[in-house]
Amino acid sequence: MKAKIIITPKKAVVDPQGKTVQVALEHMGYKGVGAVHVGKYLEIELHGSDQEGARKQIDDACHKILSNPVIEDYRFEIE
Amino acid sequence: MNFAVLQFPASNCDQDALHVLKNVLGHSAWYAWHKDTSLGNADAIVIPGGFSYGDYLRTGAIARFSPIMQVVQNFAAQGGPVLGICNGFQILTEAGLLPGALVRNRSLQFRCEQVFLKTENNNTAFTQTIPPDKLLRVPIAHGEGCYFADPETLAKLNSTGQVLWRYVDAQGQQTEIANPNGSLENIAGICNEQRNVAGLMPHPERASESLLGSADGRLILESLVKWLEARQTQRAA
Repeated sequence: MKAKIIITPKKAVVDPQGKTVQVALEHMGYKGVGAVHVGKYLEIELHGSDQEGARKQIDDACHKILSNPVIEDYRFEIE
Repeated sequence: MNFAVLQFPASNCDQDALHVLKNVLGHSAWYAWHKDTSLGNADAIVIPGGFSYGDYLRTGAIARFSPIMQVVQNFAAQGGPVLGICNGFQILTEAGLLPGALVRNRSLQFRCEQVFLKTENNNTAFTQTIPPDKLLRVPIAHGEGCYFADPETLAKLNSTGQVLWRYVDAQGQQTEIANPNGSLENIAGICNEQRNVAGLMPHPERASESLLGSADGRLILESLVKWLEARQTQRAA
């Protein structure tokens, strides 16, 4: 199994990286570019086949260490 | 007094902190390694600056789970004073010992320069010897020092006197230009509700000898010493 986790900055947190990328895209002539949010992508290989157990464990890890709930949101899938 | 200075892989202000506590202020100070499970008979803890664990994942995120931090959690819960400087501040917010978080500087630049700090609350273990209205001239050196907290947390920090320092200009005005990292409301340092845990992004330990251009940072460490001495006298009585 594999956990695929996406961590993004909360909307209320200023994201200067995203803003800079947005400006660069506009500068390069890409049309219709709106707000950009730069986050993180993690892939975690998991042993075993207990999807529900893995889901609980990954959710706990996301909450405790992989993301900071004060400034970030996360979502993930197990496959 | 006895001070424990924490050391993580890639701490880099640990020696400066120890030097000031030991050689400048004349107290007993030692290092506590991140794998240690005891602080000895420390009266206070200093978590120094640096890039603990390479700042991987987020600043302070990995350090917060090291064995020594579990000891720090207990120490703080019992009312022991803890001061986090720069990366130490980041570790304390990650550990939940201080509210809010430190994120990338709004400019995306690593800022290394002198700033002025206005002390907002002179009635804590970390600020009591700072004369009212005195601006502290201390250096900063960080890429992720932009203080963030949700509106409720921010309101509470303000109403309970937990904001200890703000970035101001040389005239003491809280301006946008004086804010080096985009911190909300120019916040440079805060303390917890119990007032025994404090963190700030600027480096008081790098401004504790006039030879280095400013000795203003010393007032913060001297406040802590004075507070510890008062507590000792109180306990003996």
